[in-house]
Amino acid sequence: MKSSAAPKQSLSSSIRQEKIQQWVVGIILAIGGLIVAIPFIWMILSAFKPESEVMQLTPTLFPEQWTIENFHNLFVNMNFGLYLKNTIIVVLWSFVGLFLNAMAGYAFAKFEFKGRNQLFFMVLATMMIPGQVTMIPVYLILNQMQLTNTMAGIVLPGLVGAFGIFLFRQFMITIPDELLEAARLDGASEFRVFWQIVLPMTKPILAVQGILTFIAGWNSFLWPLIIANDENLYTLSVGLQLLKGQYGGNFALQMAGSTFMVVPIVIIFIIFQKHIIDGYTISGMK
Amino acid sequence: MKSFLANKTPYFFIAPAIILLSLFSILPIFVALIISFTDLDLVGIADWSSISFVGFENYKEVVSDPIFVKSIFNTLFYVVIGVPLVIVLSLAIALLINFGKARIFKAFRVVFYMPSITNVVAVAVVWSYLYNPQLGLFNHVLNLLNLPDVPWLQDPTMAKISLILLALWRAIGLNMIIFLAALQGIPKTYYEAAQLDGANNWKQLTRITIPLLRYAIFFVSITTMIGWLQFFEEPFVMTNGGPLDSTTSVALFIYRNGFQFSNFGYAAAGSFILFIAIIIITMIQFKIQNKQQDY
Repeated sequence: MKSSAAPKQSLSSSIRQEKIQQWVVGIILAIGGLIVAIPFIWMILSAFKPESEVMQLTPTLFPEQWTIENFHNLFVNMNFGLYLKNTIIVVLWSFVGLFLNAMAGYAFAKFEFKGRNQLFFMVLATMMIPGQVTMIPVYLILNQMQLTNTMAGIVLPGLVGAFGIFLFRQFMITIPDELLEAARLDGASEFRVFWQIVLPMTKPILAVQGILTFIAGWNSFLWPLIIANDENLYTLSVGLQLLKGQYGGNFALQMAGSTFMVVPIVIIFIIFQKHIIDGYTISGMK
Repeated sequence: MKSFLANKTPYFFIAPAIILLSLFSILPIFVALIISFTDLDLVGIADWSSISFVGFENYKEVVSDPIFVKSIFNTLFYVVIGVPLVIVLSLAIALLINFGKARIFKAFRVVFYMPSITNVVAVAVVWSYLYNPQLGLFNHVLNLLNLPDVPWLQDPTMAKISLILLALWRAIGLNMIIFLAALQGIPKTYYEAAQLDGANNWKQLTRITIPLLRYAIFFVSITTMIGWLQFFEEPFVMTNGGPLDSTTSVALFIYRNGFQFSNFGYAAAGSFILFIAIIIITMIQFKIQNKQQDY
């Protein structure tokens, strides 16, 4: 790295300087990271405090008295059990959407057919349409289909997405044609080729998309809010919004609701973070 | 028979996705355009014959609606303050993480990325508590430092800044990852050559790193700008546009007119104005980018 003519002394001092720089950067990042993490830490700690402790004017950092009463209240006084069930249904449907994205991406990557380029362009063009423009007409269309206040109405508008189709196509285009031809010659049906050869080869992108799909489904807010008229179809985020309105002053309960929503996602993220973060490199987001 | 099937296969594979996208992305654009020229409301949904064509009336009305005008200025405030902050901070964090050699630096990626995967409602609920004037952590910390209370969500200007802080916290992670991916794509040999020439860290940053990140910076600024022009969830959950509509964004204005007042035609007109603004601003950015490349 350094020219060999440099005296030994300056080499060791430059190594020391480098070390100091590494420490300074590490400390800056640690302070920044702590600031970023404060809302999470405060949320979790407050969720385990009794309501009276949260209402004190001088807040405590750690709960003086740990309690799970707030979480108990979520399920007894509020319908968080029902919201959880609905959220899980939404998540399962979004995986169906992921599968449809993969199917479309496969066809765009590996088949020659009439109108392919035009259709693919149309798919990409939908990425540019802002949600605010489609929000009202989609509601009106669902209303015409008599799907307001149904699970289908909540799930359908976001089921497939152009970005997912695009990522699958980009990845599947690298699968060698010979492989697919060989399977076809062996008598595999087109669907079996897709299911048993293409999908397993798509694992890296499937992992990223699967995790992101789970997170998006778990967090889904706008369509459940617009479509669900009664509590039976509320997801966790809509339920939490309701809780904020009904128990505006009870911050301990609100923090418990938020913790219940955020912590599962954080755990899943920490387990799979390598896939997600590396996924951006795979997706060619350079 | 076989070739007939082979011809149909791709259509079978794309059909579900294409049908859903047509129904919920393409068709709505045309529906929105049509209803923006009508007085469609709740009565109109039940009885189509009561809908009447009003020409450009909705557009004329919406641009003279003081709340719409206010929401435009609020949205511009969010964009002008928020977008540069997102770019500078996420780039700075990406550079610092990329500079680090120890393993711990990989853990920082996770910490900074975390806010962007969490649910916006949950996060807004938590931040409302942090911003609370009496019980909130932020004012308590300020008091400990002998500083006065800040009216986080009560003062019209401060409320906007408070929402920007929350959105900034959520936006840094994803953009940081994009910058990190781009940084890892820069060949190491460039830096080695620069070091041989005696360039210091700052020179390497401004002469090699930043110019080579130009495309990533452009990508992040376009997507961030489009995202902030559609700023919706934070004001919706935290302030519902208040105090005195000082945090109402254009997107929130559209949502409110559409789903709370059921003025579908009026809201559709507002949404088209937003759409056109997004297209124009994006085109301007592309123009500027092209000019820079010529240079």
